[in-house]
Amino acid sequence: MKEIILIKNGELALKGLNRSNFEDAMIKQLRRRLKPLGEVEIKKAQSTVFVQPADEHFDFDEALRRVSMIFGIAAFSRAAVCDKDMDDIIAKGVPYLKDALAGVKTFKVDAKRADKRFPLDSPQICARFGEVLLEAYPHLKVDVKNPDIRVVVEVRDFAAYVRAGQLHGAGGMPVPTGGKAGILISGGIDSPVAAWMMAKRGIELFAVHFASPPYTGPRAEMKVKELLRKVAAYSGRIKLAVVPFTEIQEQISENCKEEYFTLIMRRYMMRIAEILARRHDCKALITGESVGQVASQTMAALGVTDAATDMLVLRPLIGMDKEEIIAISRKIDTFDISTLPYEDCCTVFTPKHPRTRPELDKVIEAEGALAADEMIKRAVDSTVFEWIE
Amino acid sequence: MHYLDNSATTPLCRESAERMKEYMDSHFGNPSSLHRLGSEAQMRMDDARRSVARAIGCDSREVYFTSCGSEADNTAVLGAARARRRAGRRVITTAVEHSAVLESMKQLEREGFEVIYLKPDSGGNISEQSLADAVNGDTVLVSMMLVNNESGARLPVERIRPICRDAGADPLIHCDAVQAFGRMSVRPDRLGVDLMSISAHKVHGPKGIGALYVARGKRILPLILGGGQERGMRSGTESTLLCEGFAAACDALPGYDEQNGLYTALRERILRRAAECDGVTVNSPPDAVPYITNISVRGIRSETMMHFLEERDVFVSSGSACSKGAVSHVLVSMGLDRGDIDSALRISLSRMNTAEDIDRLFDGIEAAKQRLRRRR
Repeated sequence: MKEIILIKNGELALKGLNRSNFEDAMIKQLRRRLKPLGEVEIKKAQSTVFVQPADEHFDFDEALRRVSMIFGIAAFSRAAVCDKDMDDIIAKGVPYLKDALAGVKTFKVDAKRADKRFPLDSPQICARFGEVLLEAYPHLKVDVKNPDIRVVVEVRDFAAYVRAGQLHGAGGMPVPTGGKAGILISGGIDSPVAAWMMAKRGIELFAVHFASPPYTGPRAEMKVKELLRKVAAYSGRIKLAVVPFTEIQEQISENCKEEYFTLIMRRYMMRIAEILARRHDCKALITGESVGQVASQTMAALGVTDAATDMLVLRPLIGMDKEEIIAISRKIDTFDISTLPYEDCCTVFTPKHPRTRPELDKVIEAEGALAADEMIKRAVDSTVFEWIE
Repeated sequence: MHYLDNSATTPLCRESAERMKEYMDSHFGNPSSLHRLGSEAQMRMDDARRSVARAIGCDSREVYFTSCGSEADNTAVLGAARARRRAGRRVITTAVEHSAVLESMKQLEREGFEVIYLKPDSGGNISEQSLADAVNGDTVLVSMMLVNNESGARLPVERIRPICRDAGADPLIHCDAVQAFGRMSVRPDRLGVDLMSISAHKVHGPKGIGALYVARGKRILPLILGGGQERGMRSGTESTLLCEGFAAACDALPGYDEQNGLYTALRERILRRAAECDGVTVNSPPDAVPYITNISVRGIRSETMMHFLEERDVFVSSGSACSKGAVSHVLVSMGLDRGDIDSALRISLSRMNTAEDIDRLFDGIEAAKQRLRRRR
């Protein structure tokens, strides 16, 4: 018996003339994610995408897991493929539902008759299929109002499909229909969540990480890659830029007022990230900042940081509580990695008493005599790139 | 390479690697199988057990292979206390034990035992008086490490038995000898202990195997139940390959006098270079074992210094390798201030180290002081 994955587009269906572009982007992601599992045939028709493996040993469970992580999918399900013939639908569909029906007491049959040439109409399909299910599985009862499970028979252009219920997709929009943006990632809890949230809106990710050896070690970098691998399971592959940041941090700590260390450092990060992001065709930067979380994320401090760049800065976590951010980080499985205790560039050279209400002109004055452009150029020129997937 | 982190692990010695290769290429039998392949494997295991027993200084029937030092510690602490549950509820240990012992102690507390943690003095030593004050007739287990993995302090394990006897107590006595085994005599009969944990990879053997010594006639409860291997003490098909590697590493151990001569000379060099180096303090007590020295370089964080040194191919540990990133409970309990703890480095030696390793280390520390910015 042949099995298939049926995928329903979410918001995609609303996008008018662009719809087919969005669908194509989603299908491209599907192809890329499922490719390692074997060859699949992908077709689209009537706001449904059909994924059918060529190989009978195809790992369906893994494929469904991957599909559940692709943005732009509202719902999906696995189904038995039948001929468009009621006898064949019964012959294949009834045994196919055995596992799904084993743990339930009540069911309901829905029919979708997209092919209007099919001899039975929808109520007739429901009645006939419900009848044979009751015969085959005597423990079941029909409940049309509040069933434990909804059995669906779809008669479509290519074939008929029998399935039990459907699963929620990851939602959002397919990558890269939202364009590309650069995420500043440190290794903490927030930035991977911010990256995931923007990827959910269809944004392709480019990642910028600042490393300060020997103040930070190779494990801090390994941790960032591990985090990005988790995010990439949703967003698709991510190009990572690792920027050597030691010189800048040392110069700041040597020449600037201690209370402004973190702010000046963040301004440098924004400037470097902007340069790299523009070179990679990004239209925005993304940060994991949230108002008031730490001294450098008060509204005044954010204003000072923001003034360092002309680029649009997306801050998807801006109004979220730590608890809410942690809940998402657990869901996308980055929390346990984020909490590994390695020094990162944000924890080195932390001032004892940072300014919580900094004024921009004072900060610019404190940046003072540093040879900023030369240091930034050196950092950008020595940046190392790697693909994470 | 200048590898000075031998308390974390040691490089595999040639003898161990060769013996395992020979075994891997020619043997695969399960010692429990009754056919010839099984009995061959059993014979090789018996030989391996004799080698380990010889290195400990005990009978081979007192040696039980485990998967690591931590498993040996877990089995000893939990198995001993649980076996003596009816005899009493007090268990005594020290605040500076390895976490494999401390976490087992926490488990015993959850099971209703009363655990006393002896505190060390500022040199990391445990006083006999504090032990004498803690022991009472209700005491069923005393667990004390022989050498501390972070400070190198040598603890008074051999005094436990007489002190207990004076107090009218007859507990089981466990010694975590992981950091001592192979570098000094750990004879259990001389130390007066009933249980002792050791590990292969600290003595140039493979990772993934340790052993628990259980004195003849003493009974503890096993943790891993199953087919009854290791005479019921540790079920699970034996890792015959790693037993071979462990045995070969034991056979290759040089005499203690020879090793001690090397370590003492290197230790003197460490102390001399440390004294010449401004801002370096030695945290280990003067009577610590010569192969572990804990120092602090004021003003430079351990992790930063470690990464700086590794760029020069010098490897040391920041605190204990088993508690990455966390503050060392050993250094805290020794009463060191936060500045010394944050900048602590552990230099630990093996027989493969030379004077040049020490010189490269201190050259590196000098360079770091010039180059790295001090934390304010």
